[in-house]
Amino acid sequence: MSRPQTITEKILAAHCGRETTGVRPGQIVNAAIDLVVCHEITTPPAIKMMQRLGVTKVFDPDKLVVTPDHFVPNKDIQTAELTKELQRFVRDQGIKHYYELGEHGICHALIPEKGHILPGMTAVCADSHTTTLGAFGAFASGIGSTDLAAVLATGELWFRVPPTLRFNLNGKLPRGVFSKDLILYIISKIGVDGARYCAMEYHGDTIASLSMEARMTISNMAVEAGGKSGIFHADAVTDEYVRARTSVTYTPFCSDADAEYQSVMDIDVSSLEPIVALPSLPSNGRFIGEVGNVAIDQAYIGSCTNARIEDLREAAAIMKGRHIAKGVKAIVVPATTSIWKQALREGLFEIFTDAGCVVSTATCGACLGGSMGVLGKQEVCISTTNRNFTGRMGHPEALVYLASPATVAASAITGVITDPRPYMN
Amino acid sequence: MSRTIKGRAHVYSRAHINTDEIIPARYLNTHDHAELAKHAMEDIDKEFLARVQPGDILVAGEDFGCGSSREHAVWALRGAGIAAVVGTSFARIFFRNSFNNGFLAVECVGAAAETTTGDEIEIDVDRGTFRNLTKGTSRDFVPLGEFVHELLDAGGLLPYIAKKNGTTYAPAGPQVDVKLTSLKG
Repeated sequence: MSRPQTITEKILAAHCGRETTGVRPGQIVNAAIDLVVCHEITTPPAIKMMQRLGVTKVFDPDKLVVTPDHFVPNKDIQTAELTKELQRFVRDQGIKHYYELGEHGICHALIPEKGHILPGMTAVCADSHTTTLGAFGAFASGIGSTDLAAVLATGELWFRVPPTLRFNLNGKLPRGVFSKDLILYIISKIGVDGARYCAMEYHGDTIASLSMEARMTISNMAVEAGGKSGIFHADAVTDEYVRARTSVTYTPFCSDADAEYQSVMDIDVSSLEPIVALPSLPSNGRFIGEVGNVAIDQAYIGSCTNARIEDLREAAAIMKGRHIAKGVKAIVVPATTSIWKQALREGLFEIFTDAGCVVSTATCGACLGGSMGVLGKQEVCISTTNRNFTGRMGHPEALVYLASPATVAASAITGVITDPRPYMN
Repeated sequence: MSRTIKGRAHVYSRAHINTDEIIPARYLNTHDHAELAKHAMEDIDKEFLARVQPGDILVAGEDFGCGSSREHAVWALRGAGIAAVVGTSFARIFFRNSFNNGFLAVECVGAAAETTTGDEIEIDVDRGTFRNLTKGTSRDFVPLGEFVHELLDAGGLLPYIAKKNGTTYAPAGPQVDVKLTSLKG
């Protein structure tokens, strides 16, 4: 019998043939990969590397899911060439799970929505926010392009088994406080390297009340604390979400009660308030009352972190019947095409556009300073995205504040960073 | 391969120098190493490219390379001539991207604090020693372990896999482009 294991250790052990012996933090294992996600920025170099390895066919085309997302629709000639390479790859390899422009979405939001991620899986993508998929009780981690080439060729990848940090979330989130505020709080407590190399694992009675969308926001930002993954246990909420999207069966894993954790942090979420991360680190969180008077030039609602339907509903509820402040640019970028259509059906675009916002197709866009709202010198933006590093959204002297969709919407209305709670009916 | 490397230091001791600073996302529309190298570190140090010489070593503080998974960060630094990075600590994806490229990244506490840009430094990978030859100081670091040594010796993860499979990892170059063209249509 092996020592007590965490969910992460169990998933990795099950994927490297060590179910009976188990694995230990620090050990390097070669794990079989169940799901490989590919987009146009990091996949083309991996394709070339795979060819240099003399491999002409990927290990299993059915385990790949491909979509262009970063700079779509193509923002310049070079990105057009990258998406062409991606299309050629899909055709050459006979990949059936391909979401072309018009069905596309930011991959971390698209994968769950299309039923490709299941509890117990191992999932990788050459993109740091792959941690999002940990919300489903899967081991999901960001990798590089060389890693991706190795996975495409062999179906396996090396991992150092991470130690796990446990977070016990208890209580109910107060009105106006969202999972984004909670994860910004955690990152501010432990720092942008507080979970470096570690799995972040969530427990507690708060979780049952969190939707999959809300959980994804928390898992998404694990990497902003340096984490290798951010994992929840699958429960009834997970099962309902997954069953609505796929009939494929799965085997969930669960941490043993006496599993070893590197640290344990207890958080009473009922005591939280809206949080804003000041420039230029996601760990610079302040409760809204401590932020002071910060005038904004732009409000951005988008990204794999916070542009799912719930996020758009929260923002729209605040903007309904109101208009954004003069001089503010407000940009709404739904995370996927399906979310875009859902928001259209629900009348959210009418609310946004009546309020003075513009609405874009799904794209990573301005989150990483790509397109669709890039910031100029000294412009100030409040954003639902995940990073506020120097130069992240454009000019290196631009300033980015991170917050929940509700806080961003309220700030767009007033033109200064604003507590959303008085604007919630 | 000799696992000792010697070069001139460029010190960036600030914590959390992230991939957006190493290579801004506005340049991710290419993965050409030479092209990426033209923009390495430009948002935090416009003089970097003018100063850096092939074989130089970057000496960094805590959590170097945090942020996105872009391997472009390793390619840009290597393309600019950097031979290795010594950091107090590294973000995990940058760390694995380094070894996957056969690029040396060494975690050594205290190296940045006692090194000045321009110092001659030496990294002895096998012994786990960082030496500042200019200042005559020395620091030990935890050796990287056999698997990482194998990756470095092979020249990265893909040559390592090729070696294990008894094949070779083809060099990058025009041949690859020809192959790509032939896959068209």
